[in-house]
Amino acid sequence: MSNVSRRKLITTGLAATAGVSGLAVAARLADRYGLIPPDHGGFYGPGETLTYAAQRLLTRHSLAREFPRSQISARPFANGKPPQGEDFKRLQAAGFANWRLAVDGMVAHPASLSLAELRSHPSRSQITHLACEEGWSFIAEWIGVPLSHVLNVVGILPQAKYVVYFSIDRDWWDSVDMADALHPQTLLTYGMNGGALPVGHGGPLRLRVPRQLGYKNVKYITRLTVTDSLKAFSPEGDYAWYAGI
Amino acid sequence: MADAAAVRSLASAVPTTTTPPRHSAVVRVTHWITAVCFFALLVSGVEIVISHPRFYWGEAGNVLTPSLFKLPIPASRPSVPTGYGFVLPDQNGWSRYLHFQAAWVAVLTGLLYIVSGLVTRHFRKYLLPAGSDLTWRALSRVLANHLRFRPPGEAEAWSYNVLQRLTYLFVIFVLFPLMIWTGLAMSPAIASAFPVTVTVFGGQQSARTIHFFGTVFLVLFLLVHILMVCRAGFRNRTRAMITGRARAQKEHP
Repeated sequence: MSNVSRRKLITTGLAATAGVSGLAVAARLADRYGLIPPDHGGFYGPGETLTYAAQRLLTRHSLAREFPRSQISARPFANGKPPQGEDFKRLQAAGFANWRLAVDGMVAHPASLSLAELRSHPSRSQITHLACEEGWSFIAEWIGVPLSHVLNVVGILPQAKYVVYFSIDRDWWDSVDMADALHPQTLLTYGMNGGALPVGHGGPLRLRVPRQLGYKNVKYITRLTVTDSLKAFSPEGDYAWYAGI
Repeated sequence: MADAAAVRSLASAVPTTTTPPRHSAVVRVTHWITAVCFFALLVSGVEIVISHPRFYWGEAGNVLTPSLFKLPIPASRPSVPTGYGFVLPDQNGWSRYLHFQAAWVAVLTGLLYIVSGLVTRHFRKYLLPAGSDLTWRALSRVLANHLRFRPPGEAEAWSYNVLQRLTYLFVIFVLFPLMIWTGLAMSPAIASAFPVTVTVFGGQQSARTIHFFGTVFLVLFLLVHILMVCRAGFRNRTRAMITGRARAQKEHP
């Protein structure tokens, strides 16, 4: 082996080692600052991680656009059917007076809140755009209690990383990271356009995450679980976990 | 001393080439990565559009509001009235994953191409038209030659004529950036951090509609591009973009 190729081998080896350790340090830092999405593995993992990391860095404190009342859509589209289960029909017949939201997991004081109790907390109203990943959208006024307020009341433990939210519909849940869970515009929504939230739009209770697409805005919320791992809550379907784009 | 001898022996082992490559290595590699990404973006983009083949202008639009226009194709959602009696399967899960993955690769490849093109003066040398070529007379002459399907001269195997230069510049510096911009304008997260991204287009639905027309222009470009490569000699031109070598005299055998 000549000197040149040996030198080349050493430099290539050093460069490769530096590259790999650089990547390892970057991965460690990214994990520490919450830039790695739970679906970072597999073929689409790199693109998904780049999207999530880039958007998290750019949008950590940004507020979704809010619109003047004149831009509220006259005909908002209610996608999907209301839950067909007996329990939902019974609750609906009673005007949702017995609807309850359970809050559990990594919280200091697990709670079960009625709609009336949720309404007694400070409310927030915002006129935002709801865009479905399919391509359609509408603008509406959404009224509710910020999720961050409820999380403060129950006291989240320091190791909390995600909030999982469940629909009364079996097999329908989703989750957000703490950046979105504690975001001031993330609302446990019970009102729309001045009235109660219609059943078609997720009434009596829907989680609105206005910086993410429609499918993260789960309808008919009955339970919140604060957790540090999504292993037990694998996302439904084959949709990307992060839906900021 | 041993080093110098080794360098000499290495150099003599490499066959000496007298002509420079038709396309530089960066141009060739970025061309083919972009081609693969464009195919992935197109297929996944079509799948995404199939879930709602209606287009709107402004901020918001859905099946209850009038559309600007709709594509006469079936949809993958039962909620969209299409006139077809069937609903296609939902493919948006992998399509959206693939769309953004390919977009990242395309954008990073594009950045490499732009930076390298500026550093090596690739754009100035090969793509920026000469001032004398930009007169109406010169332009109409080249255009007339094109429309009469007159085969390119020998010099054109080694450089681009003014129409090619303008088209490539338009695709690289107008169409691709517009596609990235309108794509980002559809992101509620990006719009929250940089509202002007979407407000310059008049709304999220306008950005989606422009994104669609950008695709139409890019597909038109691709069709004409492939047609022109075939006209100029498919094997020679494709080999030039793969290996870098081209034989001008072999044009139109």
